Amino acid sequence: MHDMSTHAVPHGAPTSFIRKHVFSIDHKVIGKQYYALALLAALIGMVLSWIMRLHLGYGSLAIPGLHLLSKNGAPGDVMTPEYYLQLMTMHGTIMVFFVLTTAPFAAFGNFFLPIQTGAEDMPFPHFNMMSFWVTFTAFLVLVASFFTGTGPTLGGWTQYAPLSAIGDVGGPGEGLGVVLWAASIAIFCIGQLLGSLNFITTTLDMRCKGMSLMRLPLTAWAWFITSIMGLTAFAVLMPACLLLILDHVAGTSFFRPSNAVINDQVLPGSGGSTLLWQHLFWFFGHPEVYIAIVPGLGIVSHVLITNMRRPMLSHRVLIYSMGALALLSYMVYGHHMFVSGMNPVSSLAFSFPTLVITIPSTIVVLIWLGSLYGSRLRINSASLFALGFISMFISGGVSGFFLAQPSIDIMLHATYFVVGHFHLVMGVAAMFGIFAGTYFWFPKMTGRMMNETLGKVHFWMSFVGAYCIFMPFHYLGIAGNVRRYQAFTDDYLIPLIPVHKFITIAALFTGFAQLIFVYNLIHSRFWGKVAPNDNPWEGTSLEWSTATPPPHNNFGDKMPVVYHDPYQYSVEGASTDYVMQTSTEQLKNTDEEK
Amino acid sequence: MATTVHEPPKIEPRRLPIEGSGNGGWRNLVPAGGDPRRVKDSSPPPASTGIWVALASITMTFAAFTSAMIVRQGTAPLVHITLPPILYLNTLLIIASSITLELSRKQIAAFMGAGRDKDHSAIPSRWLYVTLFLGLLFVAGQTFAWIQLKAQGIGLATNISYSFFYVLTVAHALHVFGGLGGLVRVIGKVHNSALRRSTLDATSRYWHFMGGLWVYLLLLLWMKL
Amino acid sequence: MAKIFAVTIILIAIASAIPIVMHMWPMPQDISTHGYLIDEQYTDTMWEAGLSFLASQFLLAFFIWKFSSPKPGDKIKSFPGGAKGLVIAAFLLVGTECLALGVFGVKAWASVYFTAPSANAMPIQVQAGQFAFYFRYPGPDGTFGPLHPDKISEANANFFGLDTTNDPDSKDDIVTAEMAIPVNREIHLLMHSKDVGHSFYVPELRVQQDFVPGLDVTLHFTATKIGKYEIVCTQLCGLGHYNMKAYLEVMSQEDYDAWIKQQAALQ
Repeated sequence: MHDMSTHAVPHGAPTSFIRKHVFSIDHKVIGKQYYALALLAALIGMVLSWIMRLHLGYGSLAIPGLHLLSKNGAPGDVMTPEYYLQLMTMHGTIMVFFVLTTAPFAAFGNFFLPIQTGAEDMPFPHFNMMSFWVTFTAFLVLVASFFTGTGPTLGGWTQYAPLSAIGDVGGPGEGLGVVLWAASIAIFCIGQLLGSLNFITTTLDMRCKGMSLMRLPLTAWAWFITSIMGLTAFAVLMPACLLLILDHVAGTSFFRPSNAVINDQVLPGSGGSTLLWQHLFWFFGHPEVYIAIVPGLGIVSHVLITNMRRPMLSHRVLIYSMGALALLSYMVYGHHMFVSGMNPVSSLAFSFPTLVITIPSTIVVLIWLGSLYGSRLRINSASLFALGFISMFISGGVSGFFLAQPSIDIMLHATYFVVGHFHLVMGVAAMFGIFAGTYFWFPKMTGRMMNETLGKVHFWMSFVGAYCIFMPFHYLGIAGNVRRYQAFTDDYLIPLIPVHKFITIAALFTGFAQLIFVYNLIHSRFWGKVAPNDNPWEGTSLEWSTATPPPHNNFGDKMPVVYHDPYQYSVEGASTDYVMQTSTEQLKNTDEEK
Repeated sequence: MATTVHEPPKIEPRRLPIEGSGNGGWRNLVPAGGDPRRVKDSSPPPASTGIWVALASITMTFAAFTSAMIVRQGTAPLVHITLPPILYLNTLLIIASSITLELSRKQIAAFMGAGRDKDHSAIPSRWLYVTLFLGLLFVAGQTFAWIQLKAQGIGLATNISYSFFYVLTVAHALHVFGGLGGLVRVIGKVHNSALRRSTLDATSRYWHFMGGLWVYLLLLLWMKL
Repeated sequence: MAKIFAVTIILIAIASAIPIVMHMWPMPQDISTHGYLIDEQYTDTMWEAGLSFLASQFLLAFFIWKFSSPKPGDKIKSFPGGAKGLVIAAFLLVGTECLALGVFGVKAWASVYFTAPSANAMPIQVQAGQFAFYFRYPGPDGTFGPLHPDKISEANANFFGLDTTNDPDSKDDIVTAEMAIPVNREIHLLMHSKDVGHSFYVPELRVQQDFVPGLDVTLHFTATKIGKYEIVCTQLCGLGHYNMKAYLEVMSQEDYDAWIKQQAALQ
């Protein structure tokens, strides 16, 4: 049988710089490229949020140098109302698509999914390479809209029609800006579809000997489930973006209504539907939330298990819960549209599954808490971020109770309550998952350790800072503070401005902590302590049984064979407190979970 | 590549291999030389899983277009249009191409089964060429329909029904180009004697799907418009 | 480190709860007949969500405190009841919670959307456009004249596109930039958008409804307190979105009659 183990897509290690580091078909290089892209995008997104927060807290404050970014948008360094909306749209789009989708899913998934399944590479490495470069192109197209005369689109990341479909008369950036936005997202979808194709096939077909589906680590399961969501969700968003582009360039009326009047001119268009856009967008949009968070659930479980020195109470229940989240995410998308003029009966129909989705989420949290009980918890930067993730996930999750109910949503829809909710649960929590993964896997990815002290400083500032930013958002929302306002001129909003000042200071503080992280990341990459061995955290899954960093074909000339469940920690009678999946040690009666 | 697998001490993995994914995911893969006769793989090769995944995604895309049509119909009724008659001829062409592709698959299977693949150049490819020709004819027929409409002054923006007509037919045609690319690749592999059954199977699944998708789209357009 | 972390979690959880418990930034006071249902639903949800929030954060903090410094000989313990117990607990606790909230929530929702406006409800038309609301009262004849989008002209203050020379119904229509309504009288609001998506949000009235371009949307409510409130737009509609607002004046019947007469004279 040994001679049959040749790879389906054999490719030797590349020699030229370009094939090695730029147009590489090695999933590990592609994973790192995705990580670098996400890091760049996150920095841009964060700077945008700083500018926005300064403007919200301190009104007409001049931000030195802002006019360099946009002459029209910030004359005399003071932001115009439209420029605020443009930055807000770009912040949302960059963060949701190019950070929260790429980092936990595409970056870590690319690097570790084939290793954790025991494969030499993804089955379609050229598609994988295309996936990254297509995504990168999408990013360039999006950023290019900053440099058009009228700037990027101001329609928000949800890009509701018909504002997004009527062209320049709708506002600055609503012409070319929207076309670039929609083109960027359509291209992005292609990249993610290619990625998902590889992820699914890797999980199903490329597992090494002995690696049954239930022996896959929770991270691999999370990426697998996410890729199924990605495959279906992005396949719907892409046609929606194409139709939107056609409304701009071909004069069609998919989203342009009849008899819209701006500046006393009746706009062309007939019978187009704003609800059409909302249905297509949210059919993608809600699964997208779970595309951002489910890999985080996997990463956090993986990191926690290693640092708790015990498996989760139930491996299967966590997998089924993640599956249930994915499945339900398609049935709840209408809760974004409670007050949008949709049939009120369908609002109720969407409300129930939305409430039901709290059950699998609660199960996940309870399993985490129950597994913490009686564990031997190790505290390090990775486990701190993983525990912080749980705290954030709870805080962001409970506010979902309010928004799931259409009657309360009448009050809270489109307020800062919603902004607080999704920033905690899909922004901060997902970021904490990324950070936990970074501190945890950095030695495997680079061969060096990250600085623990800086990591802890980063954690403390982020944890306290994030709460200081996003908890007050909820209070503002309850008081009726509408989102997407660049200034608060309404009588009842003026008393709330001090809260916005506080949030701005907290945001700058928390943002500064992220710069420490970036410094730590770059410094450790080149000058960090060399990893003491291949398995610094004493983990069990396959990534820890290969060299650090892994060779081109992941396992050298020794294909792994798996004999154990993924998380054999503190097994009675074993020689160490962890038994690796490849270990040939025979355990009594613990091989399979009951 | 030499593999030194260390064997387990006593126990065999307890779990039975899951049907279709081989021995706990373990696959005996096709030798890199591409000699199809030596394939003893019981689990599907990635190309075969991958094609189903890709088809699922294409299905979602066209489901999105369909639901777009239904939602759009809810706000403003679609205008009735007459489909260009050549579409019905094109339908026959794409169905015929699926039949010829099946003939080709049977022929190649019989050829490989007979163990005559030592003489690679003799792998029968006649039906593949016929399929490719019919496929090209289909695309030409679709193009003819668009040109015909254009001559009547009907374009994408004429009314919403034509918008959907163009979007669906063009999106389908673009996907058919992917299938044509696959066919060209298969023919190329026949000539380089590197054809794997999985490649041929994946390509033919994709091609049949395109045929089925076209019949579905034609019915949709015919019923809704 | 772990103990400080545990304490921090507890402090943050308590600090987060304080503004809610102290009503530091409360919901605006309710002035509608249906709003109490929403408020009750909100309060119930706040109790359930708040308690779940505090309980889970405390539990997390407690476990971190307790299990982060194991002695060398400590064995791994399993949570009593195991995964099965937790799954059952989740289904029971959250399941009932969901069911209760869902079932009771229907009542509040139904009060807004499933009841038809009464026959003597006062019709008022509202038009949203970039970046202002305009209101139209049918006048003495009780009928709104037809709209002609091509006749809309901001310069001539013809915001709705009325043709007062040819449409007799339009002649007595009263168009205003602010909305006045009599107290304790049901209002039937006929909403349409002139251009893009907007929304009609009056927190005190407990109403929020999007304008859907190309569709006529209706809403009905009764205000119970005299006063001046703000109508704000909550659907991103362009660069002036933040400044798109109008005043809603709830008046006594006499004041309203005087106001409408005065407005009619201004037409």
